[in-house]
Formats: sequence, C-alpha cells, structure tokens
Amino acid sequence: MHVLSIDRSIIDAIVAHARRDHPDEACGVVAGPVGSDTPTRHIPMDNAARSMTFYEFDSMEHLRVWREMDDRDEEPVVIYHSHTATEAYPSRTDVSFAGEPGAHYLLVSTREPDSEEIRSFRIVDGVVTEEPVRVVEAGVDPHAVQSYMFGQSPATVDYECSGR
Amino acid sequence: MAIEVRIPTILRSYTGGAKVVDGAGDTLADLLTDLDSRHGGLRGRLITDAGTLHRFVNVYVNDEDVRFLGALDAKLSDGDSVTILPAVAGGAFGFAAAAAISSHSAAAAGASSHSAAAVARDAVAAR
Repeated sequence: MHVLSIDRSIIDAIVAHARRDHPDEACGVVAGPVGSDTPTRHIPMDNAARSMTFYEFDSMEHLRVWREMDDRDEEPVVIYHSHTATEAYPSRTDVSFAGEPGAHYLLVSTREPDSEEIRSFRIVDGVVTEEPVRVVEAGVDPHAVQSYMFGQSPATVDYECSGR
Repeated sequence: MAIEVRIPTILRSYTGGAKVVDGAGDTLADLLTDLDSRHGGLRGRLITDAGTLHRFVNVYVNDEDVRFLGALDAKLSDGDSVTILPAVAGGAFGFAAAAAISSHSAAAAGASSHSAAAVARDAVAAR
C-alpha cells in the first residue's frame, strides 16, 4: 500500500497557504527528487480560477515550475489543493482532470475554522485510492511520527481505533 | 524539419515511454497529425471531436502558450520546442457537495458500511 510521508513543516506550510486563500481554493505542488517519492520543496501556485469551487494552475506558471523541476531532476511528488466548504475527498472534477499518475493528490479541507482535514489519494485512470498520510516530525527521532489514516483530526483517528 | 516535442508522463504510453519525440509540421495541427502517424492515438488525447484543442491540455511553443499563438494554427519553425502539459485543475464544484450531503444522510441513517472511508465520512459529518 502507498503511504505519503511528508515533513510536518511542509504540511504546516500547505495548511497556512490554504488558510490564507480561504474561502477560495488554494493549490500547489511539493517537488522531490525523481524516483524518491519524497516531497522536499513546497511550491505554492496561483489559483488562476480564483474560485471557491475550482482551481487551475496558471498556464505560464505551470510551464515555468515544471521546467524548473526538470532542470533540478525533480518531479511533482505531491499536488495539493483545498476544498473550502466540503470534505477533503476528490470530486468528480478532481478525478477527471488528474493528469499526474505518479503524484500523491493531497486535499486539505478548511471548512472548519479550527481544524483541517488532510487526506491523500492516488488518482490513476479515473480510479481513486486513498492512502495514509505519515507526518514526519523533523528535528526529533525520525521514528517518532504521527500517522493519519483517512482523516486528519485526532477525533477521526479515535473513531478508527474504536472499531466503530 | 525537426521539432522537439516534450511528452507528459500520462501520454507516454503513446510514445513507448519516450519523454521527448521529434515531429514535423508548419503548424501545430500539422505537427499533431505527423505525430499521430507514428504515435497513434496521441492526437485524439489533445483535440476534441469538434477539432479544437482540449480546454484542459496546455501546449506551449518554446515559452508561449499556444492559446496566444493561434492555437492549432500556431506557426512552427525548425528547431522549435513544443511542450505538452495536462492542466492541473479540479475543485469541489459539482460533486463533493452532493457526496457530503449523501454521506451525511447515510450517517444519520446509521450506515452499515464499515469501510474506513465511510467511518471517516461519518466522523466528519458528525462534527
């Protein structure tokens, strides 16, 4: 099973971006070395649609960022966007436009003012597969990680553990 | 006349895995026809039945988006570099709201599904 392992600092930066652009949807990329499956460089992108229900990379920024990744032997390890009034689950629109089969599609829901729902998916040939998000705390024991499965908040993890 | 064409990951099944292929043509439309003769099916992923470029495919000639160069009529010259990128787009519009409402009513009805995703949705709906 796939897992998205990602540094706490990058998750925090993505959440900050999503909060900043709320109620519009925010979007961006986390690049990483080709083949590493490790997201290392956070690149917030403009939402050219500037919409509460739609996002689209600006075509020129898209070209520039993809070229830069190519030059640095990087690839888009994570492609993220926010849903600002609904859950962090890929919409039909998300699925039909998903064009990077190797990427982790990370969704952040900012509909709750005090907590974020963060979930990750593979989207290949129209098939959505959820995967756990493993948040790595930098600067501490690398094994001291907190795993989120199918939802980000402690309340959701409790539900899972209670066998409900 | 050789034009370098950069192929995105999702379309490399048409090019035998190649990231860059060569093609020829005086316009983008000619180039795509030329490419399709060797990489059958590629053109159909880029052009609609109505004969226009798909809205959510970005094609660039050198550093320019072809939408600003006449789209399929964009003129090409020897040595040009054409880049194809699937647009990165999506959003909550259309479906997620309906899904949230339906999962909410399922939770209210005491959903029998024990899938983790359903549990998570219930948890979200319950908050």
